[in-house]
Amino acid sequence: MSKLFLIQLAWRSAWNRRFTLALTICSIALSTFMLLGVERVRTDLRSSFSSAVSGTDLVVGARTGSVPLLLYSVFHVGAATNNIRWASVEAIKHLRGVAWVVPLSLGDSHRGFAVLGTTQDYFEHFRYGEQQPLQLREGQRFSKLYDAVIGAEVADRLGYQLGERITLAHGTGEVSLGADHSDKPFTVVGMLARTGTPVDRTVHISLEAMEAIHVDWMAGAPFPGMQINAEETQKMNLQPKSVTAAMVGLHSRAAVFSVQRQINNFTEEPLMSILPGVALDELWDVVGVGEKALLLMSSLVALVSMAGLMSVVLAGLNERRRELAILRAVGASLQHVLLLLALEGALLTLTGVILGITTLAGCVLVLGPWLQSSLGLTLVLVEPTAMQGILLATLLVTGWLASLLPGWRAYRLSLADGLSPRI
Amino acid sequence: MTSRLLELQDLLFAWPGTRQNYLAISEFHLNRGETLFLHGPSGCGKSTLLSLLAGVLLPHTGDVSLLGIPWKALPATERDRYRVDHLGYIFQQFNLLTYLTALDNVLLPCHFSTRRREAAKHHAGSARKAAEYWLQGMGLDESIWQRPAHKLSVGQQQRVAAARALIGQPDLVIADEPTSALDEDSRAVFLDLLLSSCAAADTALVFVSHDHRIASRFSRQISLPSINQALHNEVPG
Repeated sequence: MSKLFLIQLAWRSAWNRRFTLALTICSIALSTFMLLGVERVRTDLRSSFSSAVSGTDLVVGARTGSVPLLLYSVFHVGAATNNIRWASVEAIKHLRGVAWVVPLSLGDSHRGFAVLGTTQDYFEHFRYGEQQPLQLREGQRFSKLYDAVIGAEVADRLGYQLGERITLAHGTGEVSLGADHSDKPFTVVGMLARTGTPVDRTVHISLEAMEAIHVDWMAGAPFPGMQINAEETQKMNLQPKSVTAAMVGLHSRAAVFSVQRQINNFTEEPLMSILPGVALDELWDVVGVGEKALLLMSSLVALVSMAGLMSVVLAGLNERRRELAILRAVGASLQHVLLLLALEGALLTLTGVILGITTLAGCVLVLGPWLQSSLGLTLVLVEPTAMQGILLATLLVTGWLASLLPGWRAYRLSLADGLSPRI
Repeated sequence: MTSRLLELQDLLFAWPGTRQNYLAISEFHLNRGETLFLHGPSGCGKSTLLSLLAGVLLPHTGDVSLLGIPWKALPATERDRYRVDHLGYIFQQFNLLTYLTALDNVLLPCHFSTRRREAAKHHAGSARKAAEYWLQGMGLDESIWQRPAHKLSVGQQQRVAAARALIGQPDLVIADEPTSALDEDSRAVFLDLLLSSCAAADTALVFVSHDHRIASRFSRQISLPSINQALHNEVPG
């Protein structure tokens, strides 16, 4: 018997049951979508978390826990208990083995986004993900006092263009409490390319600008009767007296513990320095419960998907008993029946899986920007991870087996079915 | 060459899980080209006997041989092939693949059996021509040959099933109550066509029915209870 005939037969039989099969394909597609989707979110969540900072050997701040220091300096969550003096920053620069120091000054915000005061070195030395440097999507770095460089999410969510005039608010809340720096507006001169890290949600200004907007402030409020306008601040000495934290890069990774010890034993003021990688792991231990929940959800989705797939195929079997009985009666052997079912099973599962992947890709493309802006979840279209590969293969094999197992039963029953139908 | 087509010797058959024999037949045979009317009350084992004759079921003791070869002697895959080479079926209902045309349904055995395909070619020049010949022989007009099976009436479907059973001129056609779904007029027409076609193909026929009025049309009549020595009240599951 020609294989072409068998393929034709499989196709015509499948077309005859197209509505049931469409249901099966949808079920497989949905399973694939759920399985890969949850897995995608899980891996992207982890990678967007762990890629927040790289290439920085130490983060220095006032004494606190390593997790709080990492949270406020890198993730801009919470506030520092204390600042570090500028003199200390200068001193760290001169420690043996230190290559660069990037001071970070936090505490203000713009419409809920953190404002970071820093130096030009930040753009030189800051790395994220796999040692990737920051890149400008448009414009340039800040050069004038009231220039601001905004992260990609700030630009996208607020719809800012270059040249946009923005004002900063004191404090980090989204709701302004009335005290702001509207007398000293900033101009957006640059927009950073998307990084999938907290940088995207940050407004970057110079350290001097951070100092300038606070010259007529004291203890977190405008100094009564004192108002220095933006023009006047240009002529002032804007060397900061303190900053929130600093990122430190070393000439050699080998010196990291020696420099860390020197900073931790700093005599001028109590300081602490942390290794960001170690602190990230510590932090992940706390927030990683979410990831474990997602992993559990992935497994449950997989289990339910396979069970669903099996039940759809088994439910469709009764519809096929009559057909298989006739085929057996006209001479189809076990191999023919199995080949027919295997062909259909493989085709169905493959179509379902491809449809699922396409839908997921479409959703990532269409919903990605929305997820990024509203939930801060960065979903990217990349080749499947090993785990996703395993899940896909399992889905394909299970789907295929699910279509074969009933075939065996159908083969055994079908001739007797034909001779004495019990349908 | 022996004229015996089908032979049954010292057959004992019991359904799994039961101790009592369901069928116990010491001797039964069918000659080439013979037409047999098999009857008996419901549950007397007619369908079981047909399954044994067709090698779908195997007896516990005794032998059922088709053309001198016992079904028992053949491995399962060989049995499948041997069956389609030498046997045609007509079921009571659910006979056709609804998504195929009448013609494609008739052609099915030729796709699975080389012997039937070659016989069809030898008989009519090609398998397709043979299918058309038997469809015509069954009184089916050319206009319905390309019609999907689900658009045919029950009577037309049974005739297509008969044409399919006869294509490639198998040695035996087994028909299990094929007329039960037909009205009286259609039944008579169908029976005429089936018997004349079997005669034309030199094919033996085992025809199971409750309708004794048609018994005289066959060369031999057998009541199953009269040859079954097993005492049973059980209906197979």
